[in-house]
Amino acid sequence: MLYREAGQFKASYAADQQIFPIRQDRVGVLLLLAVAFVVVPMFASEYWLKGILIQFLVFSLAALGLNILTGYAGQLSLGSAAFMAVGAFASYNFMLRIDGMPLLLAFALGGLMAALVGIAFGLPSLRIKGFYLAVATLAAQFFIVWILTKVSWFSNDSSSGVITAQDMVIFGYKFASPQAKYLLVLAIVAIMALMAKNMARSSVGRAWMAVRDMDVAAEVIGIRIMYSKLLAFAVSSFYCGVAGALYAYAYLGTVEPEGFNLDLSFKILFMIIIGGVGSIMGSFLGAAFIVLLPIFLDVLVQDVFTGMLPPSIASNLQLMVFGGLIIFFLIVEPHGLARLWQIAKEKLRLWPFPH
Amino acid sequence: MSGRQIGDVILDLQHISLRFGGVKALTDISFDVREHEVRAIIGPNGAGKSSMLNVINGVYHPQEGRITFRGEERRKMEPHMAAMQGISRTFQNIALFKGMTVLDNVMTGRITKMKATFIEQALFFGRAHREEMEHRKKVEEVIDFLEIQHIRKTPVGRLPYGLQKRVELARALAAEPSMLLLDEPMAGMNVEEKQDMCRFILDVNDQFGTTIVLIEHDMGVVMDISDRVVVLDYGKKIGDGTPDEVRSNEEVIRAYLGTGH
Ligand SMILES: Nc1ncnc2c1ncn2[C@@H]1O[C@H](COP(=O)(O)OP(=O)(O)OP(=O)(O)O)[C@@H](O)[C@H]1O
Ligand SMILES: [Mg+2]
Repeated sequence: MLYREAGQFKASYAADQQIFPIRQDRVGVLLLLAVAFVVVPMFASEYWLKGILIQFLVFSLAALGLNILTGYAGQLSLGSAAFMAVGAFASYNFMLRIDGMPLLLAFALGGLMAALVGIAFGLPSLRIKGFYLAVATLAAQFFIVWILTKVSWFSNDSSSGVITAQDMVIFGYKFASPQAKYLLVLAIVAIMALMAKNMARSSVGRAWMAVRDMDVAAEVIGIRIMYSKLLAFAVSSFYCGVAGALYAYAYLGTVEPEGFNLDLSFKILFMIIIGGVGSIMGSFLGAAFIVLLPIFLDVLVQDVFTGMLPPSIASNLQLMVFGGLIIFFLIVEPHGLARLWQIAKEKLRLWPFPH
Repeated sequence: MSGRQIGDVILDLQHISLRFGGVKALTDISFDVREHEVRAIIGPNGAGKSSMLNVINGVYHPQEGRITFRGEERRKMEPHMAAMQGISRTFQNIALFKGMTVLDNVMTGRITKMKATFIEQALFFGRAHREEMEHRKKVEEVIDFLEIQHIRKTPVGRLPYGLQKRVELARALAAEPSMLLLDEPMAGMNVEEKQDMCRFILDVNDQFGTTIVLIEHDMGVVMDISDRVVVLDYGKKIGDGTPDEVRSNEEVIRAYLGTGH
């Protein structure tokens, strides 16, 4: 079937406002979901599930969170990892301190705590923008990691703040196998991605973009700027918080506050820059790219160019390639991989007659 | 003019003074706007015209003066409150949301009418879904009215200047305002575009009864479409009346018409 919209007439606004208005896209997404939910758990090796796919999904969710704040609402943040930490440590404490706390509720509450902290650190955004706001979120990054390390109550008095996530049990079923963990994470991420898409195409999303693009006009139209910005901080931090909880419970198992340091925040920022600022799909593409690239480079260095690269270059190859790519995308394609994908589709739509 | 009936005073400004530090943008200005009329504000560059509009919809807060809208005197009012009360506007320098499509830009115009919470919108369920469809219908009417159907899905940043101005008008109209403030809607347009814009403004006024406050430099246009004109110069009011009265006012001729505008 060719990639065409010919013959697909929209008889109603509802049809025109579907998430994927072109039938081939809809089919493609359903196929992708089927593969992710059915085929992957059947065939993927333990290494892929545990080492790569779960990590990819968790980072996608965090990138989605940052993208809501930075891509849609236009507020730059360098504190994503800290909000993940709040989610992880809050979920841990809810599980630890409340008897019979359901796992999913603990994740949701972890997200909510992150949202509250996000709102608090989002308050400066009402007065400052751009670079200065980024510095304020940087303060959040350092402060949160510091306090989680300093106050041992958060980690149940373990040394240096390490927490070990409790078993994941829902309705008596223990999510212990890599397949089970993967499916749980996938389900949560898929639902939250759908919700993000829904917000993006509704009036909350339009309000965020309006504030991002032209705040004076947004206010004159009747958008409450303060509410809109703080809501973006809350929702974004909620997403990061849940991602942090999943990072601790489904991926790492054991984690310390330092695991959520500035490096991780930058990594998430790079994901949205490479994947596409202001794009739901871009968050996934960026996360995939950043999770897979180091693996790909390792294979390249060890198996393809075995011994051909001097060790000094081989060990820094990752940093060099990342740096180069970030600069490339910032200069050449600020909308990232998602935009490149869209351009490819537009070309395909017209192919083979490009006029 | 058509058969529309000009009504009572809907907006009354009394002794408005606005300063920015040492700069007196507006000094002791009083005038009123009647329901359903087209009221023009003219004056040379820097006269304080845009500041006047900004005072009306709450972007600027004058240090002195009284503003009465629909019989209610208002204290300090924020722009979004003005929007809630039915005041919409366009800007001298186009202020569209560049990253969004025409459709999304116009949809934002209806934001004060959308009641669903963000959680309902995240679930895209019930009220959120219903509202989205209802408002889309209204927005499509505005899009048809301004003849911009063909660019519905285009990001506004890619449109030529004249069309951007039209999209901005669409966004303002989508709110179904009772009062529309237009800051130089025809600046920088060619003759055909100006004619189109004039036609749209008159149609809005005629069909929807919208009260219009308009800033415009093109005297021909002003004399053609406005019912009454206020003339500002250096932040002071130097004339007020019908186009004919203003045209024959000595002070106005000296300050403004004489300078070759
Ligand atoms: N936000 C502001 N801060 C400081 N001064 C301002 C501000 N807005 C307007 N002014 C000053 O107020 C005076 C009136 O400006 P305004 O923009 O209202 O004039 P205008 O009549 O719209 O002019 P133009 O025809 O150039 O658009 C000018 O001296 C301007 O510099
Ligand atoms: Mg002006």
